[in-house]
Amino acid sequence: MRKISRRALIASGVGVAAGATGLAVAAKLAARYGLVPPDAGGVYGPGETLTYAAQRVLTRHSMAREFSRSQISEKPFANEVAPLGEEFAGLQKGGFTEWRLAVDGMVATPASFSVAEIQRFPQRSHITMIQCEEGWSYIGEWIGAPLAHLLEVVGAQPQARYVVYRSFQKAWWESMDMADALHPQTLITYGMNGGDLPMGFGGPLRMRVARQLGYKSIKYLTRVTLTDDIKKFGKGLGSAEPEAGYSWYAGI
Amino acid sequence: MRHGLLVRVTHWVMTLAFLALLVSGLEIVLSHPRFYWGEVGNVNTAPLFKIPVPASRNLVPTGYGYVLPDQNGWSRYLHFQSAWVFVLTGLLYVGAGLLAGHFRRNLVPAAEEVAPKRLAGKIWESVRLRRPGAGEAWSYNALQRMTYLVVIFVLAPLIVWTGLAMSPAFVSAVPSAVNILGGQQSARTLHFAVTLVLMGFLLVHVSMVALAGFWSRMRAMITGRAAEPLERV
Repeated sequence: MRKISRRALIASGVGVAAGATGLAVAAKLAARYGLVPPDAGGVYGPGETLTYAAQRVLTRHSMAREFSRSQISEKPFANEVAPLGEEFAGLQKGGFTEWRLAVDGMVATPASFSVAEIQRFPQRSHITMIQCEEGWSYIGEWIGAPLAHLLEVVGAQPQARYVVYRSFQKAWWESMDMADALHPQTLITYGMNGGDLPMGFGGPLRMRVARQLGYKSIKYLTRVTLTDDIKKFGKGLGSAEPEAGYSWYAGI
Repeated sequence: MRHGLLVRVTHWVMTLAFLALLVSGLEIVLSHPRFYWGEVGNVNTAPLFKIPVPASRNLVPTGYGYVLPDQNGWSRYLHFQSAWVFVLTGLLYVGAGLLAGHFRRNLVPAAEEVAPKRLAGKIWESVRLRRPGAGEAWSYNALQRMTYLVVIFVLAPLIVWTGLAMSPAFVSAVPSAVNILGGQQSARTLHFAVTLVLMGFLLVHVSMVALAGFWSRMRAMITGRAAEPLERV
């Protein structure tokens, strides 16, 4: 057996202590700067936190890649949607004139908007890729109003840390942090590829989060809620996805 | 000492991470076992190739009459967590290895060993599955050295790069990471291709270990001590 030298022992001791201190400091800093995702508990928490924290630092001001009009996919693909029921059919028959998007939570003036009112907001469009976690993708032009503008209209309180958003499909609810909520490419979309947003792709209103996987861009948007405490929603994991076993942050 | 402590610890940590990446990665592929070239691809576009396995999603045409259970949630969580372990441990290994002269001393082959004739001889020996002699219990031959260097400095960085190139947030900050590869679906296809090469390496590596004497080589990589040369000709 080789004798362990005193120098090696001291060096590894210092190394372990430095590593432990470094980890503790990193965890404190991550929590302080909001770099810990809501689903950070559990066995995959360290990986999720590393990914979310690293990408938040790296992508603070980055823009999703935009493509040229000629790159728009001729045959975009959408996963099938479970039947939406009679209420939705009725709204669709009426041309979605009765569709309302409610905004509440930490805002100065809770309000609700029709699709036409959203369409009167400043318009922004981008030609971006939507990627499904399954592996497929397509490029489309997304037309809508920046979520940041809506938040300005209702007077979002500066303490708000997350935007929770819900679908007509009760099982689907999501949330994003303010970095994505205020991002210029995050749109409440009502149009796609020059026309109305087809129902199969989420019409009349779809939240489009350009720097995350498709499941963050939920269809049939009905409600937007601002909060500083994401733990109060559902099981406290941030959205329906982690409750079904998928990660809350989908920038990877 | 045949293998230093850091080499042994990082070897086994990365082995575990690699196996977790392999299992979870193949599980993720099952949700869409089709590959494309360029920026985009979906079931409405022609694939570059398909792998003949059933899928875990019902909208993917596979020719099989059934759909596998969806395992993507934990697979993705595990894949990215293992990727962090793989990358951080790999950086530690390479960083410490450069400082300690590990690559220069143990892995860069001597000039005379990579002479075409010597190398061809080594390849022929390997193909014939000739058992390594006692001298090789203490160091790698040129073929092994070159293989390890390619895995460490070419394949491992490639698998990480092609993985990152699929991330919508990462490429928003570093668009060239995906643009150089020809698009996001190209990155996905290359990620799969490099995985196959790494699986091939794993197979050959474990076979060679078995050939050289599985337990003595395992003991060397676990305890660091090389076994007494075993010559049973």
